[in-house]
Amino acid sequence: MSRRHIDLLLSVLPAWLVPLGLLGGIEIAMRITAIQSDGLALPSQVAAALLAAIADGEIFLRTAETIGAIAVGVPIGGILGLLLGVWLGLSPRAAQLASLPVELFRPIPPVAIIPLMMLIYGLGIRMEAAIIAFACFWPMLLLTRDAVLGVEPRLIEVARMLGLSRRKQITKIAFPAAIPRIFTAVRLTLGIALIVAVTTEIAANPIGLGYAIISAGLSLRPEVMYAFLIWLAILGWLLNAGLIALHHRLFGAAYGEVAA
Amino acid sequence: MTDLSLRAGSVLVTLSILLLWQGTTTTGLVQPIFLPSPSSTFVNLWHGLTRGDLLALTLSTMERMIYGWMLASLGGILLGALIGLSPRARYWLTPTLELLRPLPASTLLPVGIALFGLKPGMLLGIIAFGAIWPVLLPTIHGFSAIDPRLREVARTLGIGPFAFAVKFGLPNALPDVIAGMRLSLTACLIITVVGEMITAQEGLGATIIMAARSFRSTDLYAGIILLGVVGAINNTLLGFIERALTPWRTAPS
Repeated sequence: MSRRHIDLLLSVLPAWLVPLGLLGGIEIAMRITAIQSDGLALPSQVAAALLAAIADGEIFLRTAETIGAIAVGVPIGGILGLLLGVWLGLSPRAAQLASLPVELFRPIPPVAIIPLMMLIYGLGIRMEAAIIAFACFWPMLLLTRDAVLGVEPRLIEVARMLGLSRRKQITKIAFPAAIPRIFTAVRLTLGIALIVAVTTEIAANPIGLGYAIISAGLSLRPEVMYAFLIWLAILGWLLNAGLIALHHRLFGAAYGEVAA
Repeated sequence: MTDLSLRAGSVLVTLSILLLWQGTTTTGLVQPIFLPSPSSTFVNLWHGLTRGDLLALTLSTMERMIYGWMLASLGGILLGALIGLSPRARYWLTPTLELLRPLPASTLLPVGIALFGLKPGMLLGIIAFGAIWPVLLPTIHGFSAIDPRLREVARTLGIGPFAFAVKFGLPNALPDVIAGMRLSLTACLIITVVGEMITAQEGLGATIIMAARSFRSTDLYAGIILLGVVGAINNTLLGFIERALTPWRTAPS
């Protein structure tokens, strides 16, 4: 860590006292008023529940289930979206022809096909992976198309001047030039995949972190529910921060365009 | 090919998808319980809309979505303006917001149920709270990224903080806020549908999950199509509003 990083850290550090202070305040207020509720838990109880779930491995099992569904669904929907997106980005004619079907199917909210996949696959990892694939297909398609469309036109002109074949224009020029933005598309898509996975688990599918959260809530164990929520927040934050760091490492700040 | 013939081609592509759908169902390649034929789906959709309660269910879902969206937009803009205009508030609150932001909105539903029970107001509150982020964050950014020279101009002219927020902050933040409100409406639709599925409150979300559980697949497809229509209306309407209010900005569709 450089000097600058440490300075930055120190300058933001006191602000982290706000959430900690809030938690402490809740703990004290709840102890004084001795409030009884099925939806509230002392922050200390939540911390204990989190440690217990880590100790007996339940939290890792649930995380593995959620991540497993993402690991199956994202490549399927993502690669299909990527291929089609590159195609639509390269060929204005194909983009025009596909415009109406895309406009008709894209607005369907991914959660609307939860019951459909339940009907086809029953409950379990397959239906969740199918919903994730559907949800990831569209952002991947549109963001990849935009990434290819955003390639500097002069690069393509140079490639044409050099007499590269159509295939080489794509593999040597257009695709590499679009890769930083495609990586951003992958990062956003993974974020969507996590949200859709957890939402599917909350709405219907009895596996993973989402199910752990809703079943704890419904069985009146609020401390376990909050413990899993905190774990999920950390997981989501780590995923995004890790991918942003990877983006910087791979492409450097020069490529910029890392919108949070 | 000309523009017009490409457009006609696009319609043809869509029609051939429908024909493919009809073909797979009539040849018995897929069982109708998983994929009913498009003709029976659309007949069922039409009956449900004209004689059944599909229209009422759609409207109740849309009503919930729009109320939640209005609450989210109002809260996001007010809170965002307060945080964005005050460097001190920004400093103290940013880490807390960063902690809350990555949580999927649907995870708030179990919390809301545990805290408040299965009440209609609870669902509305969760929709609003879950959909506030796409409005809140761009608003904070829009209000905080005002050109310092404009601040100096405002100070010289003796403009008060409220007038500054309305006359300088809002126009500066508007493009980001509108784009955020668009994302927020999409989020509202998703949370509404999930919320209806879990709490079984009247609406399309509860209807399609019940249809799937009782293997009424034509009802299920009709519901999914209607939700797609609601999503399409949202996109078109807000795209239109976006272009009307911020014409200098060419937003990608």
